[in-house]
Amino acid sequence: MNLNATLFAQLVVFLILAWFTMKFVWPPIMKALDERAGKIADGLAAADKAKTDLAHAEKKAAEELRKARESAAEFRSGAEKQVAQLLEEARTEAARIISAAREAAEAEAGTASQRAKEALREHVATLAVAGAERILRREINAQAHAELLTQLKSEL
Amino acid sequence: MAAEHAPNASEYIVHHLTHLNSLGHKQAALVDWTVYHLDTLFWSVSLGLLAVLILARAAAKATSGVPGRFQAAVEILVEMVESQSKSIVHGDRSFIAPLALTVFVWIFFMNAMDLLPLDALPNIWAWIFGVAGHDASHAYMRVVPTADLNATLGMSLGVLLLCLYYNVKIKGFGGWMHELFTAPFGSHPLLYPVNFAMQMIEFVAKTVSHGMRLFGNMYAGELIFMLIALMGAAWAGTAGSGLLWLGGVFAGTVWAIFHILIITLQAFIFMMLTLVYIGQAHESH
Repeated sequence: MNLNATLFAQLVVFLILAWFTMKFVWPPIMKALDERAGKIADGLAAADKAKTDLAHAEKKAAEELRKARESAAEFRSGAEKQVAQLLEEARTEAARIISAAREAAEAEAGTASQRAKEALREHVATLAVAGAERILRREINAQAHAELLTQLKSEL
Repeated sequence: MAAEHAPNASEYIVHHLTHLNSLGHKQAALVDWTVYHLDTLFWSVSLGLLAVLILARAAAKATSGVPGRFQAAVEILVEMVESQSKSIVHGDRSFIAPLALTVFVWIFFMNAMDLLPLDALPNIWAWIFGVAGHDASHAYMRVVPTADLNATLGMSLGVLLLCLYYNVKIKGFGGWMHELFTAPFGSHPLLYPVNFAMQMIEFVAKTVSHGMRLFGNMYAGELIFMLIALMGAAWAGTAGSGLLWLGGVFAGTVWAIFHILIITLQAFIFMMLTLVYIGQAHESH
């Protein structure tokens, strides 16, 4: 246990080794550590983002599905409504056509009976004239008595 | 031992505690600045180079990708030192943190020399010494540099110099002078000498205790290994000496295992105190 110049030599060696470590050992290791920490942080952030993206996409898909279902239902009810409407229109149309046909038939029947009546009137007038002619045994001028006959005709 | 007669216990221990120095014989004066301990210098420089080269190898291959086991081990060490230095030293740590890493690894390596078989390296050296034509019984070799007060005080003196440097760097020369005379008792002309004396005592006590603590632990540990070796060497073919031999094996095992803790702990304590003292130089009183 003696003190001697070893002490100062040791001091110098100590400082040189520390300097060497500072220069060549510490910076690369710290750089690698910091870079790795950065990479891990990035990876974690990316994983987080992927997770939220996935949740977002799932939500969106569910939303789309719901919308599709809704629109399909809407289509179906629209189609049903349209069918009902068409059916209703067809019924109305059919009813209209039937009533129109009936009206037309009625009108035609009326006209025919009118015409029959007219014809009958004519016939009656002629018969009456012929009857009167025979009764009066004389010729009756049809023209001279047309007014009388027309009056008679309208009275029938 | 290649000598004709086996050394007795006292001779064995004295031989083991004698340094290989530049004189060729034991240093007579307590303090002699012209003498070097060649064994301490050789082993501390070799182990220091080994330590920094291992670290430099890890640093050269360091990637930010997946680390191998070796890189991961060095990184654990670096992270430990970094977090300790960050919590203790507030300021620029670009030199201080690497310094702490060097201190820890280097001192651990030097302490770990204690775990090598006690007589292995000295006997190899005695053989070389004898082959070189010298008296092998005067082949001295101490392989644990931290069991040499010069080595530990040299390092604690280095820490003291750094403390002084950082005191001036952080506080300015004027600020530091002001602190030397006004802390810890306060700013009053009557208190200046007391404050200054306290500061000087503090610096001396810190430095001496820093070096002495490591030296004392390693010296005592080495001495106990020698005593255990002597116990084992007492075997002489009788039943009683056989028990002593067994005791030597047992005690040697127990002490070596316990010493693994001590060498790590002492390296860690030296590093922590280095950080604490340099950290104090960063704080104003």
